[in-house]
Amino acid sequence: MTAIIRAHDLAKSYANGKVIFSSVGLNIESRERVALIGSNGAGKSTLLKCLIGLLPSSGGEVVTLGESFRSAPSVAQLRRIRRQIGFVFQHHGLVSRQSVLTNVLQGKLGLPGGWRGWHHSIAKQYWREEAMQALADVRLLGKAGARADALSGGQAQRVAIARALIRRPKLLIADEPAASLDPAAGHDVMRVFSELTQEQAITLVYTTHDMEHALGYSDRLIALKAGKVFLDRPTAQVTRGDLKDVFDA
Amino acid sequence: MHDRLSPSRIPSISPLTFSFAVAFAALVIVSAGQVAPSPEQLASGLPRMAHLVGRMIPPNVEPGFLLRVFWRMIETFQIALVGTAIGVALSLPFAWISAKDITPLGPFRHISRMLVSLFRTVPDLVWALLFVSAVGLGAVAGTMTIVVDTIGFCGRFFAEAMEDADERPQEALFAIGAGRFSVLCGAVLPDAMPSLINTTLFALEKAVRSSVVLGLVGAGGIGQELKVAFDLFQYKNAATIILVIFAIVVLMEFVTDRLRSKVQ
Repeated sequence: MTAIIRAHDLAKSYANGKVIFSSVGLNIESRERVALIGSNGAGKSTLLKCLIGLLPSSGGEVVTLGESFRSAPSVAQLRRIRRQIGFVFQHHGLVSRQSVLTNVLQGKLGLPGGWRGWHHSIAKQYWREEAMQALADVRLLGKAGARADALSGGQAQRVAIARALIRRPKLLIADEPAASLDPAAGHDVMRVFSELTQEQAITLVYTTHDMEHALGYSDRLIALKAGKVFLDRPTAQVTRGDLKDVFDA
Repeated sequence: MHDRLSPSRIPSISPLTFSFAVAFAALVIVSAGQVAPSPEQLASGLPRMAHLVGRMIPPNVEPGFLLRVFWRMIETFQIALVGTAIGVALSLPFAWISAKDITPLGPFRHISRMLVSLFRTVPDLVWALLFVSAVGLGAVAGTMTIVVDTIGFCGRFFAEAMEDADERPQEALFAIGAGRFSVLCGAVLPDAMPSLINTTLFALEKAVRSSVVLGLVGAGGIGQELKVAFDLFQYKNAATIILVIFAIVVLMEFVTDRLRSKVQ
């Protein structure tokens, strides 16, 4: 297996002196499904953003998808990294007045020639076929023509997954993807994530507050506490006591 | 006892506020003395107005004149339609570079905003006078006036609609490396579309009203016919033109209201 993300001695602090995390070291291999957990404000989302160069770090080194950088990647590096990544946020971020198909095709934006992803009517035929396949993968093929604002929260999040997958990413980053969903929809979304990333050999890194989601859909669990990596272990070896320690003050 | 606890019926105002209120009232009274009609003027003016209306009745409905008014009205509508279409098309880039957080120009967006403000604040008759001087009498000057007027109106409201567009899809697209123009086309414009269409319909309505009067300064359309009718004391002709203008403006408002109600 090859490393998708390697971080060494990574630190993040703000100008006011507030330290988010320091001395963070981690290694995420290809095809792994990694859950990043921690209390509110532990720095999970900030760490994710630093790992993919969306936020500059304050110290240390990161190698993501073969691009090595300190603090922040160059513009060219960031462009190369983004082309290989799919994102899913807590809020689906779909364009509500556009069709589901157009929303999926917008996953092509940022790729070479990606402007044809503005709208399904101008998209390349094979992109449209890929988008329909992605919708079939997330079990929403029948909704291709529906407007995004006609979907339930869980369906919208599955469309967001399809939008991320159509980029054929090597790495899928999901920041609290099920946090705003009811338990059933949340498990449905996590199941889709888990199955599709395994089928398509995509590395998955996600943050979550839900321990069922953390334990049920990951191969490895990384916990942040007090600005440090408190736990980094295969999920099968994590005990209830470990989790209690993560969240105990 | 309860009266003591309840708030005063008349809120107290500071001496400064009171002074401003008195100064404002004095300004209104002095101005009214200089520019408002006096009772004597009203008494002598009303019979003259009634006499003028009497000379307008019945309106001229000769077929030849009605045909001329029809073609002038068509020209007026063409000025409004073409002026609005070009104005709306030009307003979109102005709005994009003016809109906060969306503009690719950063702080230089204020230059574009100021230009749009200039287009909006100078009255359309002044623009018409300028364009008549530049390109001569006729409909072209009228169309150019409507273009500038539409940019002033739509440029501002389009920019506000873009600023109000949902930021979450924009963030999602920026995160995957989409450029500003792609985010504009993929996320901002679709989200702002109902507002853009509404504003465009208002602009068209406004353009029809404006293009009616542009002829008064020689910028084409039915206004030119109206001016000739008044200059030559042809009040029956003027009455017909005023009725046609009224009918067209009401029809336009009806149509745009119906279209607006269909936009979601």
